[in-house]
Amino acid sequence: MRIGVLALQGDFEAHRKAVGRAGGEARQVRTQAELDQADALIIPGGESTTMLKLLRAEGLYEKLAEFGRRKPLFGTCAGAILLAREVASPAQESLSLVDLEVERNAYGRQIDSRIVRLEPEAGSGLDGPVEAVFIRAPVIRAVGPGVRVLIRYQGDPVLVEQDRHLVATFHPELTEDARVHRIFLDKVAKAA
Amino acid sequence: MMYLDEQLRLKVGLAEMLKGGVVMDVTNAEQASIAEKAGATAVMALERVPADIRKEGGVARMAPINKIREIMAEVSIPVMAKARIGHFMEARVLEALKVDYIDESEVLTPADEEHHIDKRKFKTPFVCGARNLGEALRRIAEGAAMIRTKGEAGSGNIVEAVRNMRTIVKEMKQLTVLGEEELVAESKKLQAPLELVQWVAKNGKLPVPNFSAGGIATPADAALVMQLGAEAVFVGSGIFKSQDPETRARAIVKATTYYNDPQKLLEASEELGIGMPGIDVAKLPEAELLQTRGW
Repeated sequence: MRIGVLALQGDFEAHRKAVGRAGGEARQVRTQAELDQADALIIPGGESTTMLKLLRAEGLYEKLAEFGRRKPLFGTCAGAILLAREVASPAQESLSLVDLEVERNAYGRQIDSRIVRLEPEAGSGLDGPVEAVFIRAPVIRAVGPGVRVLIRYQGDPVLVEQDRHLVATFHPELTEDARVHRIFLDKVAKAA
Repeated sequence: MMYLDEQLRLKVGLAEMLKGGVVMDVTNAEQASIAEKAGATAVMALERVPADIRKEGGVARMAPINKIREIMAEVSIPVMAKARIGHFMEARVLEALKVDYIDESEVLTPADEEHHIDKRKFKTPFVCGARNLGEALRRIAEGAAMIRTKGEAGSGNIVEAVRNMRTIVKEMKQLTVLGEEELVAESKKLQAPLELVQWVAKNGKLPVPNFSAGGIATPADAALVMQLGAEAVFVGSGIFKSQDPETRARAIVKATTYYNDPQKLLEASEELGIGMPGIDVAKLPEAELLQTRGW
């Protein structure tokens, strides 16, 4: 199971360590050749505009769209924005691999960033509350029929899955709790 | 982890999101837009870039509010702004304005020659400059959620940023081989709290992200400080004092991501024009140095 973390920019090191806590191993991915070596990819938190520019400039954008049609992806925060079908505030292009409508910075600026404890939805497979770290986070405004919501905050989905893909608007990689990453590792094992 | 109460985790969390990226100094909405389009992870709003502060002299203060607002309205990436060292009321104004990060900066004229801002009292995160480990740990003890090298701002000369980064990394390495009783003496020498000194001795790194600033003018400069241990870079005058701001901004972003890949660095450097004029820092009189501000 070769798990990659997109390391163009953002908290990719935190994700690499979180994968370790969940019992896996992850490597940094910055080039097409490194992406070819991976069986699954995590798109970390960071600035989605920056990642988008670098993906485009390095010819990784189409590569990644194609990768996601076959292999599991896990996006957090900026990663969620890149994976969505539609992005607002402001509108920007996205890979459209998960059927989500996302609004950027929807809670406000950094001063509105927050840590909350959330009770997962019944049947999510998550047992007990999950600490969710929201940093200038986006909000998922709408989900398509193929999307299953695992956790909500203030009524909005914050952890969702669609087939082999997983999306969080918060940062499970910034906590000691490895359960969310374990969900992804299970998906990767199943897809293999 | 020690010191990581909820507020500090959120402050450090945003710094985590900026890793591997470039924060660019801008003075208006037009420059902010150029920076965002080039792939900046954040912009730093200020009245004048350091090279102009150096040239024009006078008292350098927090940027005019209408300029900061204009920049915040223009871009979707985080907006930082500078407050004078010790000027906690400039910082309060910036917090009320909801900027995403405050830089308590030696580039502006210090407001207090003895005290830095008590940054723990703010919800807005702070970044502070440091030239050595003691200075970095004192700032962290005051509540800074990110450290950056001071370098010598507005000089276009990387030598001081390199010196600062090498010093901080070396001093951290040295702590990791000392015994518990030696750390007590070291804490006195560094003029930094013992628990922070112990944390660094155990982990071999700062408890908050460590970025580089002050003199970065080319893609190779950015890659150099990343190689030396910086987790991201700030570029001040280097972009908008060059003849090719857009190309240069893009090139420095690429170089910061691919700092380990000389082929990509070559590609990034290929189309560049002439950089900002530089200054030999060794020839600057002591009174003109910005890095010696802060205590």
